[in-house]
Amino acid sequence: MSDRREPLFSAKNRKLLTAPLSKENPITIQVLGICSALAVTVKLEPAFVMALSVTAVLAVGNVVISLLRKTIAPRIRIIVQLVVIAALVILVDQVLKAFVYDVSKQLSVFVGLIITNCIIMGRFEAFAMSNKVWPSFLDGLGNAAGYGWILIVVAFFRELLGSGTIWGYKVIPQGFYDFGYKDNGLMILPPMALIVVGIIIWVQRNKDKELIEEN
Amino acid sequence: MFTNRYIFTYASIMVILVAAILSTASMVLKPYQEKNIKAEKIQGILISAEIEASRSDAEKLFDEYIVEELAVNKEGDVISIFKKGKLVKGDVRPFDLNLKEQLNLEKEAAKGKSDKQALFPLYIMNYNGKQIYVVPVRGMGLWGPIWGNVAFGSDFNTITGAKFDHKGETPGLGAEISTNWFGEEFKGKTIFNKEHQFVSIAVVKGGVANSNINLSHGVDAISGGTITSNGVTDMLKDCLKNYVQYIDKNVK
Repeated sequence: MSDRREPLFSAKNRKLLTAPLSKENPITIQVLGICSALAVTVKLEPAFVMALSVTAVLAVGNVVISLLRKTIAPRIRIIVQLVVIAALVILVDQVLKAFVYDVSKQLSVFVGLIITNCIIMGRFEAFAMSNKVWPSFLDGLGNAAGYGWILIVVAFFRELLGSGTIWGYKVIPQGFYDFGYKDNGLMILPPMALIVVGIIIWVQRNKDKELIEEN
Repeated sequence: MFTNRYIFTYASIMVILVAAILSTASMVLKPYQEKNIKAEKIQGILISAEIEASRSDAEKLFDEYIVEELAVNKEGDVISIFKKGKLVKGDVRPFDLNLKEQLNLEKEAAKGKSDKQALFPLYIMNYNGKQIYVVPVRGMGLWGPIWGNVAFGSDFNTITGAKFDHKGETPGLGAEISTNWFGEEFKGKTIFNKEHQFVSIAVVKGGVANSNINLSHGVDAISGGTITSNGVTDMLKDCLKNYVQYIDKNVK
């Protein structure tokens, strides 16, 4: 142990938490986990539950892998990572089925598919395997939050424009409909999630010119 | 650095540990999950009888409106009666019958492979002074099982409501069977013709109006969902036919 202990929220650790929210966002910059971003963002509630589930799996998984990192033989590390992810995802799925049955039905296979969400494997392999427990935990939280806020923003717009509701409550007044306003059915279809993500990417790169690739 | 023995031991211990954790979790959470599944089944029955129910009050409303639960066999005999929270006759609560198993049993029996008789659940409800028969149905769609509940009026011929659901039919096409409008189509249709022969209800591709099927025995299929629609037709026929003898004997 070094004589000067690093504070829990040192600048470096804070960066682990905040970088994935914008500059290293898993969805808009690294373009990982797009599949589930399309599938669960029709309504806000499932998107929120999905974001929470991924947070739980990623944060706990990162901690477990980081704890085990010195004992894992490199030859079987992918298998070990998969077992950890699969076990956590099954746990999350079981808990959802027991306590939020309706949402779990809406999410259907996509909770199970967290297993194949590249963000999680990516973080285990790139970060948790070679870092201490606390930074790994922060890295997990940060990346899950970066994934989650995109999901929630996309779901917000898709639900608002596609169904005229937020979290299941009508927010567009009946008067609008009487004047001929219609919910945009297109927003409910999966491709519209890509377009919303595209708009987020556009806004983000417009604000932060560093992110624009040169070619 | 890591010997083979180390790797094998490591992997074995890890797998056993994970298995223990997961099976414990499954055991602890099972009662909650089963409660949800039961509430959902009840909710399906209530919706077909046009009783609005949320998952939490479904059980209460069911107890309020149910008159009796019957299990009938193909010959139309009543084997089990469950009334006011007690088994009055027979030894199995009709609600607990697994329709999938019973339908398989029926298929086996029809082929002469099994002599066990299949039992079919029937729910008799009383809502707003009207008698309603609710029949659960189950069949195959394109990708997986489809199921639902069909409610009949007191003549056990005219459909008063129907609601279907599915495991994983194609969204926007076959999956439309779970929407309200598809169920609405069945309202007022009859499963017996004027000579009182069983004809079931057909889901007709291209529209009933353009086919040679009587308007009162058919509904329009879903465009692009032909196989699911045919699945609904088969499901209704295969399930409802088992009640024909019961209807002949008991409902006139």
